[in-house]
Amino acid sequence: MRAAPSPRLAKWLVAGPPTLFLLVFFAVPALIMVVASFRFPGEFGGLAPLAATRAGEDAGLTTENYALFFGDWIYAQIFAKSFVVAALTTLACLALAYPLALAIARSPRRRRDLMVLLVVLPFASNFLVRVYAWMIILGPLDLLFTPVAVLVGMVYVHLPFMVLPLYTNLEKHDPALLDAAQDLGAGAWQRFWRVTFPLSLPGILAGTALVFIPVLGMFAIPEILGGKDDWLVGNMIKEAFLGTRDWPFGSMLSIMLTLAVLAVAGIAAALGRGGSRGA
Amino acid sequence: MRSSPWLWAAAIAAYAFLYVPLAVVVLFSFNDSKLSAEWVGFTLEWYRRLFADDAMLAAAFNSLLIAVVAACAATVLGTMAGIAMHRYRLRGLGFLVLTPVAMPEILLGVSLLVFFVQVLDVTLGLFSVIVAHVTFCIGFVAIIVRARLAGMDESIFEAARDLGATPWQTFRLVTLPLIMPGVVAGLLMSFTLSLDDFVITFFTAGVGVSTLPLQIFTMIKVAVTPEVNAVSTLLMLVTLTMIVVASRVAPDALKGRG
Repeated sequence: MRAAPSPRLAKWLVAGPPTLFLLVFFAVPALIMVVASFRFPGEFGGLAPLAATRAGEDAGLTTENYALFFGDWIYAQIFAKSFVVAALTTLACLALAYPLALAIARSPRRRRDLMVLLVVLPFASNFLVRVYAWMIILGPLDLLFTPVAVLVGMVYVHLPFMVLPLYTNLEKHDPALLDAAQDLGAGAWQRFWRVTFPLSLPGILAGTALVFIPVLGMFAIPEILGGKDDWLVGNMIKEAFLGTRDWPFGSMLSIMLTLAVLAVAGIAAALGRGGSRGA
Repeated sequence: MRSSPWLWAAAIAAYAFLYVPLAVVVLFSFNDSKLSAEWVGFTLEWYRRLFADDAMLAAAFNSLLIAVVAACAATVLGTMAGIAMHRYRLRGLGFLVLTPVAMPEILLGVSLLVFFVQVLDVTLGLFSVIVAHVTFCIGFVAIIVRARLAGMDESIFEAARDLGATPWQTFRLVTLPLIMPGVVAGLLMSFTLSLDDFVITFFTAGVGVSTLPLQIFTMIKVAVTPEVNAVSTLLMLVTLTMIVVASRVAPDALKGRG
């Protein structure tokens, strides 16, 4: 019999290439950002060298970028504003998505796939096109370049991320539960509030994470639909890298954003675990 | 089943919210006026200008080239990753594959910008954009392929081994045909994601190369003309075609994200 390659070799043949690629182009760049956030800015943008090439030049590592962040309220304020926008977007998405997801879940089975497809379809058109569409609509209404425009754009772009997990959850509910509640004398509102809603909490949580996190880092929507006062963290990061070209400062902001995202993801995961224990 | 008229009214309002803006874009792409404020008359002028716009055509070509190369590379690597994650339960690989999908795009964009310029010292352009696109597409392919494998009966692979198939034969004759719909779905999804990407491209393209989304962004920021509506309408048509193809070739493609 021919000698088969050892299972270990097969394992590395399959897992090796994607692991290597992602180590080089995802993990290493991420670690470099951490280091870059402790560096000095270069004279012409980018990063200053680690070792000084001439006297008096800033070189080596510094905590100055973080000192700058914690030394001025303005940065914390913009982070806080990003959280507020993310929270408002999530709430608005929830308000729009819940009835829609519920209507789909309670439609005849053969119609559901089409209704879900109709939710995803606009989401398949280009991201910028979907944002630009609101420029046309909000312009004549004198709402363009206002916080309202930013919020509308955010909700529009992220709505499917709330509808899909909600629908996936609601679709699994056993209709017998509602029948039982009705037999026990519960009205329509009580049936929703005490049966459907509590059971849908995992779906709400998943949708919240899927909407909240991308909004937190969004720069294009405030850039297109908002005014200069509507800048969020993403806009500051973009400006640091491509505008003022202060890369260490931009790297520091990116690290802070990463920490914020990890905190949100951590809270969502903890709530998810708590929920599944309770169920 | 029980569903109050209120529920239906809210659902219809949500659908209207989703579709009215896109309908407005399409409508005004045929409007014989420089301003997208009121309907003046029907024209194909904006489409004619679009096809006479060299910068736009070059950008469209770049977008296609990037999407084809990035989607193929991401499909090969993502399929390997999906199989490896299913079979060997590698925690590290799972983290590497899923994190780029889950985090805000801007973080991947700026970290690759720093990496390309500061560490690799390459000129930003086609190469850096393609690599960046592969990085975030791998995850989507891997998720779809793994989901496909997860729903499969393990005994098929055991049967192949018992019948004396080598691991390579098992892969080529059993695993690959079975996961093919997932692989095709991943390929189409990567192609669409790459064609569509703005944020990561924005940071990794430099001044050397432009893509359709970058071109649209410039037009929106500098001078909005109905040409934007025309290119948007055409892009919608392309995506729509992709979805129809996907639903024929691989019916799983549309459920891949779920």
